[in-house]
Amino acid sequence: MPKVKVPRKSTSVDMTAMTDVAFLLLTFFMLATQFKPDEPVTVNAPSSVAEVPLPDVDIMTITISNDSRVFFTMDGQLYKETLIKKMSALKQVPFSAEEIKEFSLMSSFGVPFSQLKTLLAMKSEERAKFNQSGIPCDSLNNELADWIWQSRLSNNKVRVAIKGDQDANFPVVKQVIATLQDKNVNRFNFITNLSTETVEK
Amino acid sequence: MAEIEGGGGGGHKKGGKPKGKKMSTRVDFTPMVDLGFLLITFFMLTTSMNKPKTMEINMPVKKVDEIDKQKVKASQAITLLLAENDQIVYYFINEVTGEPETPVITNFSKGGIRATLLNKNKELLVKANADNYDSIPVLREMYHLNKIKEDEMKSRIAGIKANPHALIVVIKADDKAKYKNLVDILDEMLICNIGRYAIVDITPVEQELIKTAMAVKPK
Repeated sequence: MPKVKVPRKSTSVDMTAMTDVAFLLLTFFMLATQFKPDEPVTVNAPSSVAEVPLPDVDIMTITISNDSRVFFTMDGQLYKETLIKKMSALKQVPFSAEEIKEFSLMSSFGVPFSQLKTLLAMKSEERAKFNQSGIPCDSLNNELADWIWQSRLSNNKVRVAIKGDQDANFPVVKQVIATLQDKNVNRFNFITNLSTETVEK
Repeated sequence: MAEIEGGGGGGHKKGGKPKGKKMSTRVDFTPMVDLGFLLITFFMLTTSMNKPKTMEINMPVKKVDEIDKQKVKASQAITLLLAENDQIVYYFINEVTGEPETPVITNFSKGGIRATLLNKNKELLVKANADNYDSIPVLREMYHLNKIKEDEMKSRIAGIKANPHALIVVIKADDKAKYKNLVDILDEMLICNIGRYAIVDITPVEQELIKTAMAVKPK
């Protein structure tokens, strides 16, 4: 019997199609991605069934960490520049042009106003390591109220979002809400994650 | 003229023009694919697809004088006290005596506070002879079974919320409660279709009430 000849096939495969798919996906992810600003604390937001998405613009975020520290940020570089200028006028502490620039680029911060200059002088790597003590918001020294007030003067469309950690203690949350009410902010948002639990029945 | 001589010193210099070797136009794509997938992996891991959601809260305008404070009808109200360890203590006010009834301890599970709120709301609406008392899940089911139209479902859900006889919830959080508890209870308001609720500061009497309730029925 003659042997059946198995033709030797080349092992190399045409990669073009795979490359096409790979780069298509790559393009999609590159366009869809949004880099998170580096935050001084990681906050594990509670989940809820609320389905309203958080707006991207005109928002100031008050972050409450699980160890009861309060952080503040606002979106928009120009608004932040206005904000720091207004704050410096209010507190009568002059800020240099570099410091104003640095502030407008900085993400969330949580230091008393007196330490703000120190924080701005740091490089971003140092800042990440620096232990921020939180913005004071008790009745004796309520700097958070000033920040909220001046932010609303800088951007009159701004809305308030509270991003609290699941395990944040209620007294701090109450304090923040009281501060907001004090400044006549009676409508605000709690940032939550979408719950996986179904509501039916 | 700078010329790169291929082949080193081994001489097949036949003189004349060197004939250009016909090279294959195929390129090995493997490194490019490797790189592509590496980048895909990176972007897939860094990207966060689900945007955070928000829950909007409206607080009443702070009044200097407290004259405007409405008295809630005792029979309609339920007071929820958020205690530590994810527990809820709730009580009703007795209509006749005006004194708080015995507090009950419950939790955030489905059979806990949600069942209480839904049952109580239904009870109140039936008592008020409202023909519209079904809870959201019941209405949703009716919609899925094509018994009612989508518009009707929506209007009935809104109707329950706006009904003046519906349950009014007073939420008071203890200092030991967590932020999560507050969000969870607001979530329950959304689920149970309760339109009227308020977040109120806790009183020392109620803090005592939590303590005694916990002491009677330890966890």
